Amino acid sequence: MAWFVKPQYTIKKSATIKQNEGLWTKCPECHSIIYNQDWENNLHVCPHCGFHDKLNAFERIQMLIDPGTFVETFNNIVSADPLNFNDGTPYIEKVKNAMLKTNLKDAVVTGYGKLEGHMIELAVMDFNFLGGSMGSVVGEKITLAIENATKHKRPLVIVCASGGARMHEGILSLMQMAKTSAALKRFSDEGGLYIAVLTNPTTGGVTASFAMLGDVIIAEKKALIGFAGPRVIEQTIKQKLPPGFQSAEFLLEHGFVDIVVERKDLKSTIARVISYIKGK
Amino acid sequence: MRKYYLEFEKPIQMMEEKIAELKKHLDSDFSVELREMERKLQYMLEMTYKNLTPWQISLVARHPERPIFSDYRDKLFDDFLEIHGDRNFRDDPAIITGFATLGNYRCVVIGEEKGKGTKDKLYRNFGMPQPEGYRKALRAMKLAEKFGLPVLTFVDTAGAYPGMEGEERGQGEAIARNLFEMSALKTQIIATVIGEGGSGGALAIAVADRVLMLENAIYSVISPESCASILWRDASKGPRAAEALKLTAPELLKFGVIDEILPEPIGGAHRQPEETIAIVRKALLRHLDELVRISIPKLVQARYQRFRGLGVVQVQD
Ligand SMILES: [Zn+2]
Ligand SMILES: [Zn+2]
Repeated sequence: MAWFVKPQYTIKKSATIKQNEGLWTKCPECHSIIYNQDWENNLHVCPHCGFHDKLNAFERIQMLIDPGTFVETFNNIVSADPLNFNDGTPYIEKVKNAMLKTNLKDAVVTGYGKLEGHMIELAVMDFNFLGGSMGSVVGEKITLAIENATKHKRPLVIVCASGGARMHEGILSLMQMAKTSAALKRFSDEGGLYIAVLTNPTTGGVTASFAMLGDVIIAEKKALIGFAGPRVIEQTIKQKLPPGFQSAEFLLEHGFVDIVVERKDLKSTIARVISYIKGK
Repeated sequence: MRKYYLEFEKPIQMMEEKIAELKKHLDSDFSVELREMERKLQYMLEMTYKNLTPWQISLVARHPERPIFSDYRDKLFDDFLEIHGDRNFRDDPAIITGFATLGNYRCVVIGEEKGKGTKDKLYRNFGMPQPEGYRKALRAMKLAEKFGLPVLTFVDTAGAYPGMEGEERGQGEAIARNLFEMSALKTQIIATVIGEGGSGGALAIAVADRVLMLENAIYSVISPESCASILWRDASKGPRAAEALKLTAPELLKFGVIDEILPEPIGGAHRQPEETIAIVRKALLRHLDELVRISIPKLVQARYQRFRGLGVVQVQD
């Protein structure tokens, strides 16, 4: 189904989108050719097939947060290299390259701001930064955001996009799952409202921790959401997965997601949930 | 005679076979030659096992004759009473839960079970749990909390099973829920990594007050083989990945992920299962003695701080 939204926000140009000569974008799903301006205005959603392509963290923040109200937090935390990991390219170099490519410090941006007037604590993952992988920085910043939400009694929104744990940080990346989940437990016990937003793709250690712990879980249409990646499952069971397996709609059908939305409705849906639970 | 030798144990195998051969032709044990060979064997075992590479340790951790959870269940306790099912979908045989007494402590016991022999291994899904396994474990932990019993968990899994049914029934949600609930469970929890600590499938029963680990166990975010196939598109580079992942007990102790390394008998747990289990028993009793003296609020607070503090980052000015 084709739809266009009026350009409500000026959206910063994504650094990494597969754009041809800066004029046209090819939809990764149906391969339609889309004029770049339409692609941006349409929030990276294909007007022909409805495919929701990735947004970078700041595009996402601009889409969700009322203009001029966002304050970034914990922007001074960057990756260390606790394992001295080198697979041919030193890990530190990979991080530096990702920083240059994305203009981010790591795979998550945290902060607070207003969403349709509601002050919320926000964490937005960015898949462009090393596949949105969760290492110590992602775990720490998300935990700090949860603790901030607890302290200021703000609703918490985490926008997930991740290939899973960052293996370059070994066991410490695994421990971020426990750390973030423990912080969410405390937040929950204090009566905090946590809305998890799952975007394409959300897999691995992020799915097996904060992505699945929302009081309300909202997924973007057709997003791939799973614990194991589709390739791993296919290798394990030695057969092809049926179409739509691990899609947002599949998770809704199986009872693991509350609401599936089109991107243009995400902000208003989050606002409605906050209003119902916390009042205007 | 042992049936299974690892590649690097070949010289040990030859010596053990020679000794067995010699014993066949001796009338008594009092042979100078035999004594000498046995001393030599002991030395070989010591030297080999003192200098294992991370890859060799990964192989020992998965040794087919290494004691698995059911061995601990049978030798640690003489009164184990199994309880079944997650009250929701089914009973997952890859995780065993039950009640048992250790010393003076009535406990809830949870273990990942790889199984023995082909039939049992298939039945146990080779110790790779489905979501209902983790939900059963959580149900057992909630019982422990309600009745004030300490929880002992035994970690030994390649990982949560990555199959279709697991995805349909929320493998990610089941693991996440356990991390969430265990972080604040109001009773003592001790996790012991006895073999393989495979990623989220291991952590899902290891958010504990004390995390103990056998000397030749491993605990990692990803298996060396999978890591190698992602990084170098070559699963045979497992040895290099095992090195890079820092998945051995001494490395994990440095990171604060585990609290204590439990030494294995010379030549590994598979050579002396009973002795290994006795070492685990002593350690568990010692930690239980310590933990029960701490008030529950303090214990839960310390558990939170423990996991809150894990990770290494740089803070810029
Ligand atoms: Zn864009
Ligand atoms: Zn399309």
